[in-house]
Amino acid sequence: MNMPLYLPLIPFLPLASFVFTILFGNRLGEKRAHFVPIATVLASLALSIVALGDVLNGTRINADLYTWIQSGSFTVSVGFLLDQLTVVMLIVVTSISSLVHIYSVGYMHGDPGYPRFFAYLSLFTFSMLMLVTGNNFLQLYFGWEAVGLSSYLLIGFWYEKVSAANAGKKAFIVNRFGDFGFGLGVILIFLLFGTLHYDPVFAQASAMTGRTFDIFGMSFDLPTLVALLLFCGAVGKSAQIPLHVWLPDAMEGPTPVSALIHAATMVTAGVFLVARCNPIFALSETALNVVTVTGAVTCLFAATIALVQVDIKRVVAYSTVSQLAYMFIGCGVGAYSAGIFHLYTHAYFKALLFLGCGSVIHAMSNEQDVRSMGGLRKYLPITYITMLLASLSISGVPGFAGFFSKDEILAMAYASHVGAGKFAWAVGTLVAFMTAFYSFRLFFLTFHGKFRGTEAQKRHLHESPYVMTIPLMFLAFGAVASGWVGIPAILGGGAHWTHFLEPVLGHPAVHLDHKTEWILMATSVAAGGLGILLAIVMYLLNPSIPVKIGAAFPAAYRWLFNKYYVDELYDATIIKPTIGLAKSVLMKITDGAIIEGIVNGIPRLVGSFSGVLRRIQDGNVQHYLAAMAGSVVLILFWFLKG
Amino acid sequence: MDIPILSILIFLPVVGALALLPVDRERPGIIKWTALSVATIELFASIPLWFHFDKTTASMQFVEKASWIPAWNIEYHLGIDGISILFILLSALVTILCILVSWNAIEKKRKEFFISLLLIEGAMIGVFCSLDLFLFYIFWEAMLIPMFLIIGVWGGPKRIYAAVKFFLYTLVGSLLMLVGIIILYQTGGHTFDILALSMQEFPFRLQMLLFWAFFAAFAVKVPMWPVHTWLPDAHTEAPAAGSVILAAILIKMGAYGFLRFSLPICPDASVAMMVPMIVLSIIAIVYGGIICLGQTDLKRLIAYSSVSHMGFVTLGIFSLNTQGMEGGILQMINHGIVTGALFLAVGMVYERTHTRRIEDYGGLASHMPIFAAFFMVFTLAAVGLPGTNGFVGEFLILLGSFVARSWAGVIAATGVIIGAAYMLWLYQRIFFNPANSKIIGLPDLDDREIVTLLPMLILILVVGIFPTLLLDYLHVSVAHLLAHVTGNTAGTGSNVGYLAEIAGGMKQILPHIHH
Repeated sequence: MNMPLYLPLIPFLPLASFVFTILFGNRLGEKRAHFVPIATVLASLALSIVALGDVLNGTRINADLYTWIQSGSFTVSVGFLLDQLTVVMLIVVTSISSLVHIYSVGYMHGDPGYPRFFAYLSLFTFSMLMLVTGNNFLQLYFGWEAVGLSSYLLIGFWYEKVSAANAGKKAFIVNRFGDFGFGLGVILIFLLFGTLHYDPVFAQASAMTGRTFDIFGMSFDLPTLVALLLFCGAVGKSAQIPLHVWLPDAMEGPTPVSALIHAATMVTAGVFLVARCNPIFALSETALNVVTVTGAVTCLFAATIALVQVDIKRVVAYSTVSQLAYMFIGCGVGAYSAGIFHLYTHAYFKALLFLGCGSVIHAMSNEQDVRSMGGLRKYLPITYITMLLASLSISGVPGFAGFFSKDEILAMAYASHVGAGKFAWAVGTLVAFMTAFYSFRLFFLTFHGKFRGTEAQKRHLHESPYVMTIPLMFLAFGAVASGWVGIPAILGGGAHWTHFLEPVLGHPAVHLDHKTEWILMATSVAAGGLGILLAIVMYLLNPSIPVKIGAAFPAAYRWLFNKYYVDELYDATIIKPTIGLAKSVLMKITDGAIIEGIVNGIPRLVGSFSGVLRRIQDGNVQHYLAAMAGSVVLILFWFLKG
Repeated sequence: MDIPILSILIFLPVVGALALLPVDRERPGIIKWTALSVATIELFASIPLWFHFDKTTASMQFVEKASWIPAWNIEYHLGIDGISILFILLSALVTILCILVSWNAIEKKRKEFFISLLLIEGAMIGVFCSLDLFLFYIFWEAMLIPMFLIIGVWGGPKRIYAAVKFFLYTLVGSLLMLVGIIILYQTGGHTFDILALSMQEFPFRLQMLLFWAFFAAFAVKVPMWPVHTWLPDAHTEAPAAGSVILAAILIKMGAYGFLRFSLPICPDASVAMMVPMIVLSIIAIVYGGIICLGQTDLKRLIAYSSVSHMGFVTLGIFSLNTQGMEGGILQMINHGIVTGALFLAVGMVYERTHTRRIEDYGGLASHMPIFAAFFMVFTLAAVGLPGTNGFVGEFLILLGSFVARSWAGVIAATGVIIGAAYMLWLYQRIFFNPANSKIIGLPDLDDREIVTLLPMLILILVVGIFPTLLLDYLHVSVAHLLAHVTGNTAGTGSNVGYLAEIAGGMKQILPHIHH
């Protein structure tokens, strides 16, 4: 199959930029280091638009570049797949990445690591593009780990801060837990299908039905096992329970990184993985239920934590975990296109929320505590308006992007045949209320009321430069309008989104009558509206209420504020015991006492080890050698006589 | 080929070492440049192997054969296949890097040091070329002495203890191997010819005996758990070049021995001992990894990580299938490159700080950014990040072991998590966090040091992106070996539950231990 040159160029241009910028960036200095990264990512965006045009015209490309690894019957290529799902991801990644690149010119101004920052952005863009364009599982795994590396480097960008260095390391290691399962899933897929390339695997996937795999004395349903192993990777990358702990800490990275990697693109790779593997997930009701329940539980869990956090970025981080969970609910109930739809709209409104936070933090001289903010709307009018639009979008206000995608997921969950569907719908609706509440809580605390910071901070307050606010405006357009490509039929739309993705993601076999659909929609809109209303009452009209509630339920507040103590739990049950095992058991007892005891003890029994040592140090090696040679002769004799 | 290229490769460094003998020890420049020139010529001389090697045959190539001690049928018999060629090339490269890293680091008895290095190089290449057991044994033992000296004379404060421990461990192993060789000679028709011996079918009981005799030598060298405790001491106390040679080449010889002797000569015993070997390997992977988390000494940590990584190698080899074995051999090369590079790097920073304690570092990335970048790539290769060489080997091994025994693949895969934990934690404590006062103002790498590290960095990426460059050399030789080993048995799959299987394997070992 012929591959147009533009397809490999989409990821490889940013790769070239990375190599160039990491080698020569420092010599270019801050005035010029960003030229190549920005030019290449814009070129990738342009080529992605070309790709979109091709796909709309019915093109589908699946072509190999070269054989990457070959050993016996195992062969895997570096190759590219361009279809509807790929192109959606291409547009999301390159458009957000371009805007974040431009925004960073302002945000990272004056940082000594400026060229390094842009090099890493290029590295990330390359990795993410490889992840979404690969035509096989191993290239997916390559991209998967490479985005993890970029994330590690960027979270720990200010590496002299211990908390930043810790957070980067934590992100990488926690993800490895998920990748452990993912990697085994990939190996199992090769064993079953003899290939790792998507097309033949998905074509034969149904052959797994009814078969089992035995390991550790247990028997597993094969489709469920494969699907759940892959899902392990998704849980890690997309920060779902129980591997969500790394994402809030990842906020140690510069804010543009949080927007690009930890909100809009990388963390959605898990959703992409599940959607891409939908022919496998579709075979297992159990796996789909697990995905749905994981989504529903994480959704609620993260939203409750977001209610009480005071660090502006942490609130948005928990909101990201919660929104990613919505996407998994969509995939779990079989409505993959709805999950990807939310991935796409969320990318814009969440990137906007983060970059808006960045603008606020920039203005506040790096203050992130909302308790020190307030009344900023006077000083940051553009940030204020764009953040308002993003908050309306995430709250699901009709007409905004977030409304269409969230509504689609909730409707599909309600109508789904998957057992956990109704449960997920109920939780999702409740969380829609909470989302609106915490989003506007944050919004009012930041922009309304009186300024609560220091005088020094107040003197410094200013709107960000255009290089930062113009990306905000572009994203605001996306936060409002990106959903319009998927307006459902009952609102007079053509559901173009679902139709477009149908060749890859199929169409959920559910039917909702119009009346139910209207009721569901009204319910979720009411939930969102109620959340906003409550935020207005509590944070605009009567700010003493939250304090009273916190005082009335101190235990609940403490649990939420400390994120249910999950980090502490892992520290006590995994990290400390493992290091303790290394130090107290392996080093002291097994290596130290037992093995060394035997090794040093045998010669001591035979002769005197220390005596032998002394003689060797004296240079009388021949004594020892003679002894050894003598024993060899004895052994030989003993063997040969029989 | 008419030029005896293998003999040249073996004896060129030896001649170079002899040429150094009369040099005035007060003229370090001449000594260093002579050693470097010899090693460089050696590398260039080895390049024709790469290009003239025929990748389509499993027979030995560049063969040289001459009668040596006819009374005992001992021959001077050399030749290489797709497995050994890669190690010869790696040895030639690594020796140069070792000379470069010792340029200023070795201050006493320079002449003797470089002579030892060159002698080791000749012996190492001899080991990889030998097709006669007697010759092999001579080269095998010949490596031991200069290595013993390098640790014992130019090592750290506890060098004598470490050197003696290294010597005793390996000597005991070697002597048992000698016993095996003599038994083989007696029962195999009075020949030391490895190829001829591989063709014979020995009775199972004898195969078992030989397998364990060879095992003693090879397992110590690898080192496999539980005979690994010499390695942390030897690595920690050895000078940088010594650690690099140990990590990159010497410990590979154990695994090479399994491939060249244990499997071909004792095929049935190897199949029977597959599960016990797999069990020892996964213990090494997990045990060696977890113990890294408790280390406070930089070199000791990397030494223990070698135990874990070499566990992957033996796991791959004893998976007894194509992916496992090719992955295992590739991982031998990879580990040589990556751990060799890590020890080179540690040597460079040790030269500046004279401390190996991890807590004496911190924030180095700001003060030595070029060094930090190199070390980052080495770290990523060590944790098996895709795109680096480490990934390809590890993935093939996990695939092969999963095929052989799925439980083994699953347990071994946990090593990937543990590896990330100890390596990234190490990187953080050295390069990130606030700058330690002891490292402020250290100069970054100079040109010589960059030249020393650059080949390793290039290899890491090239092998990671185009692994077929190396894998292509292995296919035919590995297929030949596997056909020989598993051809006689009805496959190596198992229907027994895994616990019963381990227990069965252990029962098979025990009588032979007592024997």
